[in-house]
Amino acid sequence: MSSPSDDARPPIGAPDDGDSAAGIQPGRYYGRGIPYLPINGYPGKLIAIEGTDGVGRSTQIQLLREWLEVQGYGVVETGWTRSPLMQPTIELAKSSNTLNKLTFVLLYATDFADRLEKEIIPALKAGFVVLSDRYIFTALARAGVRGVDRPWLRSLYGFAIAPHLVFYLKVDVKTLIGRVLAARGMDFWESGMDLKHGDDIYDSFRDYQNKLLREYASMADEFHFRTVDARRPVDYIQEELRRQVAAFLEAR
Amino acid sequence: MKPHEYPGKLFVVEGIDGSGKTTQLALLAKWLTSEGHRVFVTEWNSSALVKAATKTGKKKNALTPMTFSLLHATDFADRLLYKIIPPLKAGMIVLADRYAYTAFARDTARGVDRQWVRELYSFAVRPDLALYFRVPIDVSLDRLIARRVKLKFYEAGMDLGWSSNPVESFRMFQGRVLDEYDRLVDEYGLQVIEARGSITDQQRLVRTVIAPLLAPRELEVGDEQSV
Repeated sequence: MSSPSDDARPPIGAPDDGDSAAGIQPGRYYGRGIPYLPINGYPGKLIAIEGTDGVGRSTQIQLLREWLEVQGYGVVETGWTRSPLMQPTIELAKSSNTLNKLTFVLLYATDFADRLEKEIIPALKAGFVVLSDRYIFTALARAGVRGVDRPWLRSLYGFAIAPHLVFYLKVDVKTLIGRVLAARGMDFWESGMDLKHGDDIYDSFRDYQNKLLREYASMADEFHFRTVDARRPVDYIQEELRRQVAAFLEAR
Repeated sequence: MKPHEYPGKLFVVEGIDGSGKTTQLALLAKWLTSEGHRVFVTEWNSSALVKAATKTGKKKNALTPMTFSLLHATDFADRLLYKIIPPLKAGMIVLADRYAYTAFARDTARGVDRQWVRELYSFAVRPDLALYFRVPIDVSLDRLIARRVKLKFYEAGMDLGWSSNPVESFRMFQGRVLDEYDRLVDEYGLQVIEARGSITDQQRLVRTVIAPLLAPRELEVGDEQSV
């Protein structure tokens, strides 16, 4: 097959000139953006919580939401693959296991575009704090592991808005394995079984999650991640998140 | 888009609804088949995977220009990998009724970033020839109205809300699409066919343009040549 071409393209955040991460401006489009939706000057704030499965993202988001609302901030939550437009299609495709990596990437991008236009942008316009459970980095990491061309992926997601804060909840694979097994066991997709690296789900899970962690690590500088050690107890992590969010919101 | 190195050939027809491109493609397929070529025809937006989503979206008028664009790209990626590349590898002639250029013209006319949509489709293979059937809006409208009266929602750009009158909306939207196609002619070297003339004259021209691109040995491709 013909994978996305290897032509040199500017990375996200640098549409035509300048160098990579220097061009990222929180609250603006990463790349070419959506011309018919100008977003400059919207009062809301976008906060993304990233990390692999089993790092406790949703727990942290619940606690953060509570706290923000007590402070008087309006909060909207959004997730990954929750748009009404695409959810049935994605579920169908996952269950039939017929997706190739390119259509997979594009389906998720479609789903994200739907949520961006219908949930995230209106909420930012109305002045909400938007808490996103995963963001485009999940897609970039999964596609990266599957060998999809990186410059193409960054150009594709050039319509995404750069969050004001990106928290990356980081754990090591050993901790992750313990948590996932204790919670619910390993599933097909989280184990990267579609990559067909063998029948052993444990080995596959470990290798796949290791690769994902490497992808996240490689994005940390590029996208200004605030890395949070997620091996610690829930309360400690939450405290750190609140401290950083408070500092950001109060600094405005 | 990068040139392909497959033994087959990829020929594409482009143009707005009512340009007559589908008629020309059918006649081309007839001729090629009668000459002994193995031909595979593929249409824009026809893969089973995304048809469901496109339908849901259309029914509820839920598609934005961006999701419209991305859904079609998803569909195209699916078709490219399962329907277009395998026959090219097998040395067949693939005839595509619309190709990435349709997305470039339509999505940009809807307000999607011109460069973004081009980069989106950079995974596509460059056709061996792309024929653009150029026709004035009035001619295409006359043909469409004569044929089936009701204009399609998205083809008429009704989703953009520029006019509640379908004919008026079609005129405005497809006018923009034509402007975008004109850019593509130079940018991607589309072969323009003036689509006002008679069907037979156009088809003669099409065959004249295609003939030199057909490798004579394709006629005798057999198992002994495959490795």
